Amino acid sequence: MDKEIMVKVDNVGIRFNLAKERVDSLKEYFLKFSKGTLHFEEFWALDGVSLEIEKGDFYGLVGINGSGKSTLLKSVAGVFKPTRGKITVNGTIAPLIELGAGFDMDLTARENIFLNGAVLGFSKEHMLEKFDDIVDFSELHDFLDVPLKNYSSGMVARIAFAIATATKPDILIADEILAVGDYAFQEKCEKRMQELLDAGTTVIFVSHSIEQVKRMCNKATWIEKGKVIMSGDAQTVCDAYSQKY
Amino acid sequence: MFNSLKGRFAMFYKYRFLLQNLIQRDIKVKYRRSTLGILWSVLNPLLMMLVMTLVFSHFFRFDIENYPVYLLSGQLLFTYFTESTSMAMESVIGYAPLIKKVYVPKYIFPLEKSCFGFINMCFSLVALLMVMLFTGAKFYATIIFALYPMVMLFFFSLGVGLFLASSAIFFRDIIHLWSVFTTVLMYASAIFYPTSILNGTIMQYLIKINPLYWYIDAFRQCILRGEMLTLTHLVVCAGCAVIAIIVGAKVFKKGQDNFILYI
Repeated sequence: MDKEIMVKVDNVGIRFNLAKERVDSLKEYFLKFSKGTLHFEEFWALDGVSLEIEKGDFYGLVGINGSGKSTLLKSVAGVFKPTRGKITVNGTIAPLIELGAGFDMDLTARENIFLNGAVLGFSKEHMLEKFDDIVDFSELHDFLDVPLKNYSSGMVARIAFAIATATKPDILIADEILAVGDYAFQEKCEKRMQELLDAGTTVIFVSHSIEQVKRMCNKATWIEKGKVIMSGDAQTVCDAYSQKY
Repeated sequence: MFNSLKGRFAMFYKYRFLLQNLIQRDIKVKYRRSTLGILWSVLNPLLMMLVMTLVFSHFFRFDIENYPVYLLSGQLLFTYFTESTSMAMESVIGYAPLIKKVYVPKYIFPLEKSCFGFINMCFSLVALLMVMLFTGAKFYATIIFALYPMVMLFFFSLGVGLFLASSAIFFRDIIHLWSVFTTVLMYASAIFYPTSILNGTIMQYLIKINPLYWYIDAFRQCILRGEMLTLTHLVVCAGCAVIAIIVGAKVFKKGQDNFILYI
C-alpha cells in the first residue's frame, strides 16, 4: 500500500558563504570588486540530499555536529531556501528548532504564549482556546505573570514545547529538544510526541542519543558532511552509525 | 498571477495576529517601567516643541503666525518618518534569532515598525491638539483632510523602510549613513523655518524635490492655513508613496531569500 508522502526532499543542496569572506560594508565591497578579488568561499551545508518521509513516520536524523542535520530541518521548516533542488511539504508544520524562538524575555509567560503562537501562525481565537492546555502541560500556573527572563531554561523549554504541540500539526520538527528539562518532563514530551504520532502526525526528530532514536523512530537517515550516508530502517541505520563512532 | 496574489493575501491574513502581537509588544516594552507610560508620546513632542519654540522665537525671529503649531505639525510628521524608517531598517536584523528558527514572512517586521510608528504619531496628535487649543488657533473644517498626507506618508515610509531593511542587511553602513541623511533631511524639510527665507537661493528649488516637504506642507495646508489640498499636493503625496512602495517591495522581495545568510 502506498502511503501519503508528507515531505519530499529532492536532491537538495544548500550553499553558505563562509563568514570569513563575508563582505558587508560598501567600502569593502568596492575595494574587493575593483581588485577583482570579490569571490566567495563556498560551503555546501547540504549536498544532493534526497529523502521521502511518509505519513505517520517517526523519522530520525543522526550525524555528528556540523553534519547538516539542523540545516536540513530548517530548510524543511522553510527557514532556508534550497540553493538547488526542491523540498515539497504536504501539510502544516510545527517547528521545534531550538526552543523558544520568538520569545521576548521582557514579557511575561502569558504574553509570550500569545506572541509565540502568533509567530507559529495561529489565530487569536485558537490560542485562547488552547491556553489552558498549554498552561496545564507546562505546569507553570504559578509563574504565568513573571517575565520570562526570570525563568530557567528548562521552564522556557516547557512552555515552548507545550505551545508547539498544543495543536495537532501534520508534521512536527523536533531538534534535540529533549536535551533540556528534567527527566519527568522529558518523559512527558516523549509521551506527547507518541500521542501526536498515534493521531497521524509525522515527526522528524534529531537527537544525539542513539538510544532515543532507536527506541522512538521507525526510520532514520544518517547524514555526514551534508551528504546522506545511509537511509532506511532506524535500527539498521543506528547500528551502522554506532559502529563507526 | 491572480492566484499568487490571492495566496499572498491569505498569508497576510494568517499572520495578522502576529502583526497585532508585535505592535502590542513594542508598545508595552517602550513604556514599561516608566511612571508616566504612554503619556510620554504626548509629552515628548510637547517638550521638544517648547524647547525649540524658546530657541527659535528668541534667537531667530521668523515671521510665522502661531509658531508652536507650525513647528509641531512639521515635527510630528518628520519624527514619524525618521523613527519608522530607522526602526524598519533594523527590524529584520533585530529579529534575526527568530528568523533563523521559524518561517515567518519577513516583510511583517518592517511593516510592523511602520504601524507602530504611525500609532505613536496618532498619540502625539493629542499634543498638537492641545497646543492648538492653548494658543487659540483656529480649527478649520479642512482639518479632516490632514488624514490624507498622514496616510500617504505611512505608505511612503513603509516603502522606504522596506528598501532600507533589505539594503542594511547586505551593507550595514547604510544604518550609519541613514542617520546622517535624516539630519540633513531635517534641515531641508522646512520644519522650523518658513519657506520664504529660502527665496532667492537655490534651496528654494531644491526643497521641492524633497517628498517630506510636500507631506508636511499638505498637512499644514489643512491644519494651519485651513485651505483645501491643491492638485499638486494630492499628486505628489500619492505619487511618492506609490513609487516608494513599488521600489521598496521589489528590492525587499529580491533580497529576502538571502537575508538568512547575512543576519
